[in-house]
Amino acid sequence: MTWTWLHKLGSPPRAYALAARLTPWFAWPAALLIIAGLYGGLVLAPADYQQRDAFRIIYVHAPSAWMSLMIYTTMAVSAAIGLIWRIKVSHAVAASCAPIGASFAIAALVTGSLWGRPMWGTYWEWDPRLTSELILLFLYLGYMGLRSAMDDITRADRASAVLAIVGIVNVPIIHYSVQWWNSLHQAATVMKIAKPEMPPAMLIPLLLMLLGFTLLFFALLLVRLRGEILQRERSAGWIREAVLS
Amino acid sequence: MIEFLQMDGYARYVWPSYAITLVIVALNIVWARRTLTRARDEARRRLSTSGERP
Repeated sequence: MTWTWLHKLGSPPRAYALAARLTPWFAWPAALLIIAGLYGGLVLAPADYQQRDAFRIIYVHAPSAWMSLMIYTTMAVSAAIGLIWRIKVSHAVAASCAPIGASFAIAALVTGSLWGRPMWGTYWEWDPRLTSELILLFLYLGYMGLRSAMDDITRADRASAVLAIVGIVNVPIIHYSVQWWNSLHQAATVMKIAKPEMPPAMLIPLLLMLLGFTLLFFALLLVRLRGEILQRERSAGWIREAVLS
Repeated sequence: MIEFLQMDGYARYVWPSYAITLVIVALNIVWARRTLTRARDEARRRLSTSGERP
């Protein structure tokens, strides 16, 4: 059956070993891509004709915002898999996602605010895009709070999974908010089907940052996942081998 | 160089944005590693107090 790979991955010792092996393959390319992206964005990219050098905030703002959405989606999907197929490792993945996603939601909000001040004349506006991103942060915090309030890990997994799944409705709202409502926020530049409206010297550093941050997320997730699995598999025999070697 | 740092007058928005993002990246690396180290230490402690494998 084609689903055997999922069950293999769902076995804690296998997931633990695989996570350990894969981490450097994500971490090092992430570091290189982010360094190249920073250099490209700060030095090589020309200033925008309208926003001048302030536009360079995009190289940290867009990747942070992308992370907050991509991580939430990963969290909700793995929580759903955990809930439907009762795979513990899947719940562990979801639990590991939350703090990473929350931190990047904060980064997106703060850098957006610092970009909004010179461009819109305000740090904050109750605008659809900004408000829905703030709700995303609250969803992350709610998810984490709910988990930490429950002592029984199985119950915490199930309850928090339901919250994560219900909250996924906010992800398309954030993405399409700039189209659905009159928003101060500029429309999508890169994340759309049509050709991106950016010259290569501006676009390439942004793509490097987006890819670098994505790989960074997987590296962080794999490290956290190992910690999470160790905490859950308290009495398993394989742990001795894993931690004493 | 000075011109680069001034960011055409937007230095006080551009540099804090980069600083905050990079601090969050760095903290994430520290937190992730700490989560793993703590879980590992706790597992070791548990194993050493419980003696042989049950």
